[in-house]
Amino acid sequence: MTTITPYRSPVQDGPDGFPQLLHAEWTKFRTVRGWVIGMIVAVLVTAGLGLFLVAASANVSCGASSSGGGSGPVRHGAAACGPPPLLQGPAGEPVTDSFYFVRRPLAGNGGSITVRVTSLTGLPPGPMQPGLMPWSRAGILIKQDLSQGSAYAAMMVTGGNGVRMQWNYTGDTSGLSGAVSAASPRWLRLTRDGDTITGYDSTDGAHWTQVGAVHLAGLPSAVQAGLFATSPQYIAISTSFGSGNVNNNQTVATAVFDHVRRSGAWPASTWTGGDIGPATEGIQGFPQGYHQAAGRFTVTGSGDIAPAIPGPGNGNEGHEPIGFFLAGAVAGLIAVIVVATMFMTAEYRRGLIRTTLAVSPVRGRVLAAKAIVIGSAAFVTGLAAAVGTVIVATEEAHASGYSLWPVPWPAELRLIAGTAALAAVAAVLTLAVATMVRRSAAAVMLVIVAIVVPYFLTFTAAVPAVIGEWLLRITPAAAFAVQQSTSRYHQVQAAYMPGLGDGFFPLAPWAGLAVLCGWAALALAGAAYLLRRRDA
Amino acid sequence: MSLPLSAGRRSHRAWPETLHAEWTKLRTLASTGWLLAGAVALTVAVSTMAVAAAAVAPGLDLAKLSLTGVQAGQAVAVILAVLTISNEYSTGMIRVTLTAMPRRPTVLAAKAALAGGLVLAAGAVAVLASVLAGRLILPGRGFTPANGYQLLSLGNGPDLRAACGSVLYLALIALLSLGIATAVRDSAVAIGTVLALLYLFPIAAAVVSNHHWQRHLEQIGPTTAGLDIQGTVGVHALPLTPWQGLGVLALWAVGALILGGLVLRFRDA
Repeated sequence: MTTITPYRSPVQDGPDGFPQLLHAEWTKFRTVRGWVIGMIVAVLVTAGLGLFLVAASANVSCGASSSGGGSGPVRHGAAACGPPPLLQGPAGEPVTDSFYFVRRPLAGNGGSITVRVTSLTGLPPGPMQPGLMPWSRAGILIKQDLSQGSAYAAMMVTGGNGVRMQWNYTGDTSGLSGAVSAASPRWLRLTRDGDTITGYDSTDGAHWTQVGAVHLAGLPSAVQAGLFATSPQYIAISTSFGSGNVNNNQTVATAVFDHVRRSGAWPASTWTGGDIGPATEGIQGFPQGYHQAAGRFTVTGSGDIAPAIPGPGNGNEGHEPIGFFLAGAVAGLIAVIVVATMFMTAEYRRGLIRTTLAVSPVRGRVLAAKAIVIGSAAFVTGLAAAVGTVIVATEEAHASGYSLWPVPWPAELRLIAGTAALAAVAAVLTLAVATMVRRSAAAVMLVIVAIVVPYFLTFTAAVPAVIGEWLLRITPAAAFAVQQSTSRYHQVQAAYMPGLGDGFFPLAPWAGLAVLCGWAALALAGAAYLLRRRDA
Repeated sequence: MSLPLSAGRRSHRAWPETLHAEWTKLRTLASTGWLLAGAVALTVAVSTMAVAAAAVAPGLDLAKLSLTGVQAGQAVAVILAVLTISNEYSTGMIRVTLTAMPRRPTVLAAKAALAGGLVLAAGAVAVLASVLAGRLILPGRGFTPANGYQLLSLGNGPDLRAACGSVLYLALIALLSLGIATAVRDSAVAIGTVLALLYLFPIAAAVVSNHHWQRHLEQIGPTTAGLDIQGTVGVHALPLTPWQGLGVLALWAVGALILGGLVLRFRDA
């Protein structure tokens, strides 16, 4: 009698949970030299392009002359031959500060000024400009001193936004609505109490409403107070296939004031008029200035008191924010897309997919494990690329005397984290597309056409701005919105364009990333379905 | 009875036979026809959309506008050219090819001639149709002689140059892609590399605020320089003259082919 023992493999059963699957996929990724090199290339290309773009943007001759001194950035050299230095507000943010100011010193920690505005008019409307701009402003203003960029608070009437109280360039609250006219005048009042300025408005000069009370830190005891008028540039953007044009035209605003009343200590005996900021030539026939007769003041001014917006379309060429120099991330992204494609298509090309699916028959789990591995690898790649770019670009800017547009640190952090997330989600999208189409060439082309081409078309202004904005709303390229460095301000009319070098996106940063996530989720669902339904 | 093929005869006729073999491989692939048709359709569709959406603006270059689709069609030409060689690597066919035709530069030359020739033919059809669309649609959009715009015509020197140059441009892009694909072998890497080359220079030029560098980038980029051939308005303001620009692209294509040829010659398949 013999008992036959069936053959048993001496190899112990391995664990077959999800962590093991993840580990297997990670081993596949890290042991293919070309893929790891591809990710390293993505980092190097992004940072290298960032470095090159800063170096090329800095004025070459200035960079040479200032590096000789070796004592850090030379502001002199930059100012002499580069773009004009940035004007910064009390919080360090870039601002525009130019208007016509009819003022007197106001001494002591109290005092107030009250006026009635009966009219606000602009240029006669023409083919190249509307008459009055929505953000043409005139009213009363208390300012730290006469230098550009100093702290201020103002009550004003506007061309199309009613009465506003604005302070320190970015602050804005609304008061009475509606346009000003002789029939419906607006009364404005500012009072000072220590560092606090309070603004009021009224329709009749008897019944007052408080619009806002703002705290201007460190306001000296003697300040400048008076009447002002200003009107921003009219920016006409015309783009179509084959042409793109931004026209900036000066405008002026003229306001008529009466019932000017003051309380408190006003040491000077007369009003003084003058430009704040460089004296602009104004517009022919409408010079900046003021006229006083029988208690009536007519003040004409041109300019803007607002946060500045970067970009050549807004007259701020030569000071780009750091997000601009992340443009090389597109090249890095192409490398990530190629690696993510091959991470899946190599399985089909080599027949490895059959082994993979035999080992882990629940196909959805294979896809999930692959997505997690490639997503994480791409996230780390994107993070390294963004951090590297920010570091080398900032260093190069210091070394060559190029003054970057200041970006607050939360925005800088979002740029870096957002670029990493963009790479991760794009890699997952690519993996899903590659699972569906199985062929490398088709997968790479599809994803590049979906992500890179819309970005390319809008950024090089190859398509009209309207089409470009829609492309950056609905295509996966919307995710590049995470690279927008600066904010829009509703109180500034500017060329907030995706192309022409301004770098604004139609969607908010995280909303743009959400669009890409939506595409990736759709593609993953399709990939999971097809992977389960088709033979490998 | 003698064998029909002797070694001596075959080496004599290496070029026509290589060409014939490559032509058979390319002709019998279903994807070749689809890609060529796709290139024509995409080019004409994008050109037609561009002219149909055009608005009268000063200094608008009508020839360039009517040939906008070339920028989209080039992507399909890239795929076609890349697949010509990388398909052989992905299936292992390249080893059979090189056993049958051991003269490796001849193989690459045959592939280049065929890929270039096919794209040239498809490009000619696409460009003619695009110019025709421009000619028919633009007057309806206000671009009439009465408004100071000349009708698009191939009898007009600069327009003819822009049209012929665009056909050559597409063929050169195909050759550039073939060279890079021969060097890197994998289709995904090749397409990624070529598209990065095509798109990166214009993006970098749009970001750099130094005009000196902007101009340099536009002079050396394969697409930015090559598309100078389409300029008919303000030709003097272009970074390069039209033919110089196409010459820069030709240098890129020749450089890529030489690189691909060297890799093919000195590396095991």
